[in-house]
Amino acid sequence: MEALREAFALIVGLDADLFEILGLSIRVSLISLLVATLVGLPVGTYLAINDFRGRRIVIIMTNALMGMPPVAVGLMVYLLLSRSGPLGVLGLLYTPTAMIIAQVILITPIIVSLSFQVIENLESEYRDTFRSLGVRGGRAIRAYLWDARYALTTCILAGFGRAISEVGAVIIVGGNIDHLTRVMTTTIALETSRGNLDLALGLGIILLLLSLIVNAGVGAIKEFAKKRQYA
Amino acid sequence: MREQSLPIRIQGLTLTKGDRRVLDQIDLTIREPGISMIMGPNGAGKSLLLRCLHGLLTPDSGSIELANRPLEARLHSQAMVFQHPVLLRRTALQNLAFAAPTIAKDNPTELLKALEKVNLGARAHQPARMLSGGEQQRLALARALLSKPGLLLLDEATASLDPASVYLIESLVKQQNLLGTKVIFVSHDQGQARRLADEVIFLCHGRVVEQRSARGFFSAPGSDEAKAYLAGKIMI
Repeated sequence: MEALREAFALIVGLDADLFEILGLSIRVSLISLLVATLVGLPVGTYLAINDFRGRRIVIIMTNALMGMPPVAVGLMVYLLLSRSGPLGVLGLLYTPTAMIIAQVILITPIIVSLSFQVIENLESEYRDTFRSLGVRGGRAIRAYLWDARYALTTCILAGFGRAISEVGAVIIVGGNIDHLTRVMTTTIALETSRGNLDLALGLGIILLLLSLIVNAGVGAIKEFAKKRQYA
Repeated sequence: MREQSLPIRIQGLTLTKGDRRVLDQIDLTIREPGISMIMGPNGAGKSLLLRCLHGLLTPDSGSIELANRPLEARLHSQAMVFQHPVLLRRTALQNLAFAAPTIAKDNPTELLKALEKVNLGARAHQPARMLSGGEQQRLALARALLSKPGLLLLDEATASLDPASVYLIESLVKQQNLLGTKVIFVSHDQGQARRLADEVIFLCHGRVVEQRSARGFFSAPGSDEAKAYLAGKIMI
């Protein structure tokens, strides 16, 4: 109870350390999400509306990558960015950029896979009508993206949920360095192991709240779209 | 300006699904400008023939010509209304704007007039997919007519709709036909065929069994298949 009280005191008192960690977590997650969306949405859309040799294999691989163990991704990025690795000269290891790279690798398959499913369903529904109306190419793609906007938003929010709660990869490539790469999840892990429960609990509460907000957002969007028959 | 689509000439059209020939060497010439009704029992190939005519299905062999030109060159001058209308996840008005972007840009009031024509003026700003089945089909018809097609194809377009919507759709189809649009209508509904058709094309097992005036077809069908169909017998 004491730890919980301390945790609330940190939140209510706008503790500088806590909000620095929160700020970095959100910044890293949002940038990762932006990059993953910019890559994942076009790839998912391309896969959904184009038929090419090896398409099925790409889809199977993307689905498999959704379940990649974060620590394995972290290790892979670590090996790439470590001093002796192929990208070691860039000096990115133990920086927020390294954490962003790891998160992008983790989130992109989620966005590709989910957006692929959404657009593929819509494409199969609209196919004959679009052919009948002579709608093709960029116009058709814009229509898919616009009409699937609510479903795609929930895909992107799912990516954000994964990013903000990620710990395994970012701790390996970020190193959990105070005031530099320490984010909510890695701090919770560290402070819990140290027995410093008030900061861990404070961040845990915020993380739970964020998760709740994201999920409530997803639910509200789905409900709105369903009500307006836009789902 | 409606582009002429007659004569419609189909030669040796064959379509196979799996190991079944669903359209079997169809030879058909449609010359009359009135409403042609394609009729026949379930699985006769009526909708498939219509989809071939609209370029949605590529036959295994055979050719289709409209106004003495290959089908591909005439696809822009035709429109189709499907049995289950697929509307975009937008308002009724936005659905029309999407189908006719040039009209939407240059003369948006024409879109409202098109909606009023199908009694949907008051529903212009409602999400299209929240409209009733009949309203959705009327919207689909309004969308199809925006391009002033030379050929209008309707695939069971009034099946399971409310009588008011059926009446309105039939009236609009007749009106379009009088304005110069060739209409080919697939229907199961004999009453509808009697009301609308100038000509009946009767299909059975993927073949054209009869093609004649509606009056002749209903008064004295020339084939056993058509007689059985009109008598309401179950045809397997």
